[in-house]
Amino acid sequence: MAEKPKLIKDDGKRLDGRELDELRPVAIKARVLNNADGSALVIWGKNKIVAGVYGPRECIPRHDQSPYRAVVRCRYNMAPFCSLEEHGRSGPSRRSQELSKVISEAFQNVIIAENFPKTAIDVYIDVLQSDGGTRCAALTAAAVAIADAGIPCKDLICAVAAGKIEGKIVLDLSKDEDNYGQSDNPIAFASRNDDILLYQMDGLLTREEAAEAVEMARVAAKKVHELQKKALQESFEKSGRIIFPIDEKPQKVQ
Amino acid sequence: MEVQKELKHDVVSNLLSQGKRADGRQKLQYRDIVIKKDVLENAEGSALCSIGKTQVLAGIKLDVATPYADRADEGILSTGAEFTPLGAPHFEPGPPRAEAIELARVVDRAVRSSEAIDLKKNVITPGEKVLAIYIDLWVLDHGGNLFDAALLASMAALKGTRMPKIEDGKLNRKESSGMLEVSKDVVSCTFAKIGKDFLLDPSFSEEIGSDTMVILATAGEHLCSGQKSGKGEISQKELGELIDISFEKAKELRRAIA
Repeated sequence: MAEKPKLIKDDGKRLDGRELDELRPVAIKARVLNNADGSALVIWGKNKIVAGVYGPRECIPRHDQSPYRAVVRCRYNMAPFCSLEEHGRSGPSRRSQELSKVISEAFQNVIIAENFPKTAIDVYIDVLQSDGGTRCAALTAAAVAIADAGIPCKDLICAVAAGKIEGKIVLDLSKDEDNYGQSDNPIAFASRNDDILLYQMDGLLTREEAAEAVEMARVAAKKVHELQKKALQESFEKSGRIIFPIDEKPQKVQ
Repeated sequence: MEVQKELKHDVVSNLLSQGKRADGRQKLQYRDIVIKKDVLENAEGSALCSIGKTQVLAGIKLDVATPYADRADEGILSTGAEFTPLGAPHFEPGPPRAEAIELARVVDRAVRSSEAIDLKKNVITPGEKVLAIYIDLWVLDHGGNLFDAALLASMAALKGTRMPKIEDGKLNRKESSGMLEVSKDVVSCTFAKIGKDFLLDPSFSEEIGSDTMVILATAGEHLCSGQKSGKGEISQKELGELIDISFEKAKELRRAIA
């Protein structure tokens, strides 16, 4: 690994010019694909993530199905061209399988699956470009795609990370901040009561710092939630052929 | 899928007997083509091609690699296609199936045979280090005619591919040494045969309902990739006619990636 860069500059701002509690620019678009029952694109900093949902539909293989509820299966996958580094290998890695599991569990909590016994709800998430924080952007995209598919949910959930760099708690770590920083905490919240539906952490934090990180992520999640709602409202006016808005410009989040 | 094939065949051929296509097109008419170039920053090249409701994203990555033993004086070109399960209800997660591999190989042959990219220029240290070009085709929406969309996306992406600086046999991706040289515009025409008719740029239903498909890629005055895909037959005369049409229609398609 290259030498660690100075992550907080002398003026107190971060490498990309952000304040400590500032999100990267974000764009969220719903209904971005023609075939999927529901879909969404999230552009979050340099991350570009698409989610597509099919279902409720027949559950194959049959031994996966439940007589009581729909099975909710999320698959997080990285395109081989998503990173700035070398060409990636296709197929699931240990990392992507773990992320698929915890993202699936977050949605199993909010989707009203009892309405659709013996079916499957498949949520496919492709990372087209990665720059740190992909699991939060992925979960945020998947939530919008599930809502776009008209699947009944208790909540429109979203995720934001907070972490620690240069001894300070900061919001929404970029790839460099994650690589050279001290801790990363991706967290998903239910908007109605701030319940935590996904929580991961690495690195070292004191108990005070851990609490501060959760609170910082919670406040920011409210802002992202507003963008999710706006994206869904805009998509209601769409009809006819859809062209994937991959060139959408992300905006500063107020 | 088998039942769907029978049903779509009936629908498409009934319409054709009245001289019609479901979307009102002429037999040799493309749907609207939209190409967005340079849509990713991490990939060295990228483009999205949308034809009707089909959408294919092409990403180009460059790496330093060891050359193939039998081609020590050439760079590597490798093409992959992923039918990501979000692209169609019948796409399943897992390793690429025959259809995805066929798509990648037909596109690979078109780019390779045309010599649009001079792979001999991509040698860094003869016999040891060469530049590898990876084309990855991401099928976001299967609305029929993936072949033409995939090749258009590939060519548009290759033409906008930034070459990283090569320093001590390694890539410095933060600095560019210009653009990848692409000397030809390679485009393909896909036809679906239904009964005695050939339909250019088949929609998903036309493709599923077809007896066979024929894909022909051209570069300038030469054919450079061809495939009959499907169990139906074509006559020698029909193939000749399709080749003529492919050269004619190529002019139209080249404007899309110019």
